[in-house]
Amino acid sequence: MTKIGTDEWVAQVGERTEAYRGLTAPVRRTWNGIPLGWRFAAAMLLVALLPVATDSSYVVRVGVNAFLFGLLALGLNVVVGYAGLLDLGYIAFYGFGAYTYALLSSDQIGVHLPAELTLIVVVALTAGLGYVLGLPSRRLLGDYLAIVTLFFGQVFVQLAIHLDRLSLPWADGPVNVTGGPNGIVGIDPIRLVGVTFSSVTDYFYLLLVAFVALAVGLHRLTASRTGRAWRALREDPLAAEQMGLPVNRLKLLAFAVGGAVAGFAGAVFAAVQVGVFPQNFETLLLIMIYAAVILGGAGSLPGVAIGAAVIAVFPEVLRTPDYARLIFYGVVLGGLVALLRPWSRLAAVLAGTVVLGFVVRFATAAAWPDAAAVAPGGLVARALGAWVATPPNATTVGNVAFVLLVPAVLAVTRLRGPARTWALPTVLYLAAFVWETRLVAEPSVTRQLVLGAILVVMMTARPQGLLGTPRVEML
Amino acid sequence: MEFFVQQLVNGLTLGSVYALIALGYSMVYGILKLLNFAHGEVYMVGAFIGYGVLTMAGGAADPVLPAAVLVPLMFLAAMIGSGLLGVAIERFAYRPLRDAPRIAPLISAVGVSFFLQAAALLLFTARIRNYDTPELIPFSVGVEVGPLRISLVRILVIVTAVVLMVALTLLVSRTRLGKAMRATAYDREAAAMMGIDTDRVIAATFFIGSVLAGAAGVMIGLVFSRVFHFMGFLAGLKGFTAAVVGGIGNIPGAMVGGLLIGLAEAYAAAYLSSRFSELVVFTILIGVMLVRPSGLFGTPALQKV
Repeated sequence: MTKIGTDEWVAQVGERTEAYRGLTAPVRRTWNGIPLGWRFAAAMLLVALLPVATDSSYVVRVGVNAFLFGLLALGLNVVVGYAGLLDLGYIAFYGFGAYTYALLSSDQIGVHLPAELTLIVVVALTAGLGYVLGLPSRRLLGDYLAIVTLFFGQVFVQLAIHLDRLSLPWADGPVNVTGGPNGIVGIDPIRLVGVTFSSVTDYFYLLLVAFVALAVGLHRLTASRTGRAWRALREDPLAAEQMGLPVNRLKLLAFAVGGAVAGFAGAVFAAVQVGVFPQNFETLLLIMIYAAVILGGAGSLPGVAIGAAVIAVFPEVLRTPDYARLIFYGVVLGGLVALLRPWSRLAAVLAGTVVLGFVVRFATAAAWPDAAAVAPGGLVARALGAWVATPPNATTVGNVAFVLLVPAVLAVTRLRGPARTWALPTVLYLAAFVWETRLVAEPSVTRQLVLGAILVVMMTARPQGLLGTPRVEML
Repeated sequence: MEFFVQQLVNGLTLGSVYALIALGYSMVYGILKLLNFAHGEVYMVGAFIGYGVLTMAGGAADPVLPAAVLVPLMFLAAMIGSGLLGVAIERFAYRPLRDAPRIAPLISAVGVSFFLQAAALLLFTARIRNYDTPELIPFSVGVEVGPLRISLVRILVIVTAVVLMVALTLLVSRTRLGKAMRATAYDREAAAMMGIDTDRVIAATFFIGSVLAGAAGVMIGLVFSRVFHFMGFLAGLKGFTAAVVGGIGNIPGAMVGGLLIGLAEAYAAAYLSSRFSELVVFTILIGVMLVRPSGLFGTPALQKV
């Protein structure tokens, strides 16, 4: 589909007509017919039942993380999705909020302000910081802004690490502000109008309320004067300026709103974790938030919320090998079903992969009878154990296979027609082998690999994200 | 005074490495207007390739080849490997996004950088690898200049960097490819209409930039002996700072910027505190960006409609 010369409205109509075709059309039509507010309310009600449905505090904790993620993603969405400003220092606001809350509610400097006041101070300060960081955005365009903000984020982490032995002219010895690498611990819980938030479940509901309030607020903002002005700014800053929009004020406002949201999330994070540490605010988190926004579709509120939920829950699922396997093979199968047509070709590829697996497994088992099988697990693992090759030095062979797999996957994306059908079983089997020998055992590395891959693949395949509206450049 | 001169040598060594990294950033930016965030990771991969060659040759303590053969071999392998990696990144992560909004390739670059880091972590674990350079080229070997001695490794690094930079300058100013690169950087569409295969020119640019990054990786390995999966991030940031300080897109600017950043870091570490040397570098960058966003040698960018 050529995109040149279509605008946002045409693209939306195109998407809608597409939704009324195909097998799943009735489902999609009904779903799209329900007003967005109802869909959101239903989803939130379901989520609100989570702590009731489970007595595992771990699951609730994951929910808390997902909400923190959701808040951060919504805030970043204002800056990146609406206003189109690439802010790579966003995580510093989160950290700044967390550290401010920690300093004002712990024994670090011996101040214990009431939470109502602290939260207001945090939000005001981070909004102010957003404003200040936004100031260069009046002059710096695009990439340059990305650099300055990226370095700002780095400077924040460096300061958090190094401001533990600050010598001040009026103090006797070195002053410990941030606690250095050890961070600040023993932070007071949030106490609002006499209610103390003590358990993870309490924070879950606090964040739920905050998330709903923010989502509703942002939804109303989207269609407002300011929201439309932001989008105009994103699409073409120069044209927006010519139309008389206060471009600089809009940029600063976007930075301030994004900063305030992140600051609030940071304060709650500090209270939930009862401590803050510099490594909580490193680039990994920034990338995860970006992945959430990009995956869901920058600019689309439901998209960003779903993206945040996926990105927050997904690493937790990876921790259990059986679930991780289900997801991996599910995604691979789903991808094949979606991409391979006709059905006969799909069947041929799958059969080829299975047969190839048994042949290789048989050969390796015959050659090295005492090599270990796949890591222990449930039924899936046992079934896979009979299929995945078992060479000795599985780690080394797995590493070599990984190095081969990446170019192989890239090459397959370039192949067309029968060549692709012929190449697929080998590549699939290689992927399964790498997954079983290396990735399943290293969830944190796998998470990083997948996050990186998501960013690249989403950008090349569907830059608008899963739920975003395609953006088209007018020529 | 001795200390001062010693730091000068340190700064020049660091600076020439940063300059090589900065050149890659600068060339890619000049031609595509793209911040190649994955460039630091290409440098990291170069350092690991050098390490791999060294290990395959039996390690620094007991190499099967004499150092005079082994070191050039390490450079060569790292440069070619990194160069090919750079071309592959361009082909699969950037080329499909050539006409997408500017933010798309940038995010794609962040993704590539993240992927490569995780891949290195998977393959080599988080353990810091050591080149053990002193066993290969003893630090006692060197040139005596007055009271202080400059070790052979540092001389090797500085000389190699200078040779590479001269070669690059000649390539860009004298060859047909260089001319095509300049034309493409000036106006890609017009260059394409004049019969220049811009895709190939861009691929060549990525190759050359990545070759320099690979060489820089081996150099850092030789001087500081430490190779690990996360090394590309900070070095990338600093190389990037150098490119921006010199005026991004400007080749001599990147060289001067690299040396400046290297010297600033060495002197900050020596006279202020090693804890704050990175802060100093970042502060320089933010300061330059705010006062003179186009860098020391860059021409102010005009927004064309």
